[in-house]
Amino acid sequence: MKSYRKLIRPLITLLLSALIAGQAVKAEHAQLDLQIDAEIDDLGFDPGAFIFDHIADAYDWHLFDIDGKHYSVPLPVILYTRKKGLNIFLSNRFDHGHVAYRGFRIETEGPKKGKIVVALEDGTTDMEAAMPLNLSMTKNVVGMLFAAMVMTGIFLSIGRRYRRKPLEPPKGIQSLFEPIVLFVIDDIVKPAIGENKYEPFLPYLLTLFFFIWINNMLGLIPIFPMGANVTGNISVTAGLALTSFLAVNLSGNKHYWQHIFNTPNVPFFLKLPIPIMPLIELIGIITKPFVLAIRLFANITAGHIITMGFFTLIFIFAQVSPAFGYGGTVLAVGFGIFITFLELLVALIQAYVFTLLTSLFIAAAVDDGH
Amino acid sequence: MHLITPDFGLFFWMLVTFMLVFIILKRFAWKPIVQALKERENNIREGIENAEQASEELANVKVKSEKVISDAIVERDQLIRQGRELKEKIISEARLQAEAEAKKIVEASKKLIEEEKTAAINQIKVQIASLSVEIAEKILRKKLEDDIMQKELMTSLLDEFKLN
Repeated sequence: MKSYRKLIRPLITLLLSALIAGQAVKAEHAQLDLQIDAEIDDLGFDPGAFIFDHIADAYDWHLFDIDGKHYSVPLPVILYTRKKGLNIFLSNRFDHGHVAYRGFRIETEGPKKGKIVVALEDGTTDMEAAMPLNLSMTKNVVGMLFAAMVMTGIFLSIGRRYRRKPLEPPKGIQSLFEPIVLFVIDDIVKPAIGENKYEPFLPYLLTLFFFIWINNMLGLIPIFPMGANVTGNISVTAGLALTSFLAVNLSGNKHYWQHIFNTPNVPFFLKLPIPIMPLIELIGIITKPFVLAIRLFANITAGHIITMGFFTLIFIFAQVSPAFGYGGTVLAVGFGIFITFLELLVALIQAYVFTLLTSLFIAAAVDDGH
Repeated sequence: MHLITPDFGLFFWMLVTFMLVFIILKRFAWKPIVQALKERENNIREGIENAEQASEELANVKVKSEKVISDAIVERDQLIRQGRELKEKIISEARLQAEAEAKKIVEASKKLIEEEKTAAINQIKVQIASLSVEIAEKILRKKLEDDIMQKELMTSLLDEFKLN
């Protein structure tokens, strides 16, 4: 059993790095191809825009189109400007970005495209005005809240049973999650941080793991209120990385900070008069969460882009000829299913990687030195 | 909304949601779950330890019981032997005692018989004496019926006296 475990770790690492590298390359390719497509395609269907509309955040939750008419769930827009104060209204007031409302409009072009800006009387953007403070409940916020509710519901009910009957064998949904919880505790947190120090970090790391995993999984289900590309959004992963950054650096002990500002076993001229080593270490502190955020964002977005890419093939083929479209559908759906299964794996692996790396960073921060 | 430019609103809501989930689950889920898992782990470990202890104790008890049984066997044999010895001793003692008693009785009866005998002999002697006196008297009477005889006797008796 021990030797088997020793073997499986490098294997997983290898698999992971291959997956991450592969996905990143794929993502780049997909992006490039789609941009080119978008430029050359003037037949009406724009796969690039189609895909980015699906993976990007939005002020309303688009469900489907019938006869060119959009059907979507309106979401609350919350805006604050010093001039106009607090404005809360539903996003259908913008009519999918076609009209301005209460002096706000969704920018349709330029670098601020898609963001809510202050509008002039005639409905065009007020170039002078500052951007409003935008706390709108966007598609991703609602999707994330739904995932958070699902997660809270699951674990509150499980927690209640554990509290009432701690010694009984697990039952129902409890027996689904207990092995995963045990996996996080025994195979991620405990070996990374160490038997003596892991406990205070367990609640955070468990929350982190399940938050990422459940959001990843729900992002794969394309039915309202699931299917928002929550963990494939840089703001969300940046937020997660910020919590990781805080967890690491707030728990850093003397030894950790000494390592950063006065690295031992390094010649003094690397620290004085120009603090090269401390600078490098400080950059390291920041790159760690940065890389966490980018990795999760890139992997999940890449997965969504590839899946969407395969489904757009149907429409691209159908534009060429209906027969080609039907044939392409079989192929595209087959590939789509394959990628979706791959995404199920990636959803778990990315949650695992994020949690494992955060655990390892915490371990480095609480290490006493030997 | 662009793909790689962070959006403050979503960032803000993300932090709020995550913190809320964290705080709620920390208090109501992770704590009982981790505690219960630990409790269960301890319970299982204790169970195994107890079982090991019990089996050890059982082995001890087995050894002890075997010892008790073998001791009992030894003791039983000893008791039987002792009993046999005691029996023999009692029997032999009883025999000796009985013999001694018998001897005593025999001796006493011999003595009694002897005594009785002597008494009887004495009695017989007395009787014989008196009988002989009577017989002598009767004989004398018969013999002294005539004078000559009387005279003769007288003289013989006198002679006897004189000799004495």
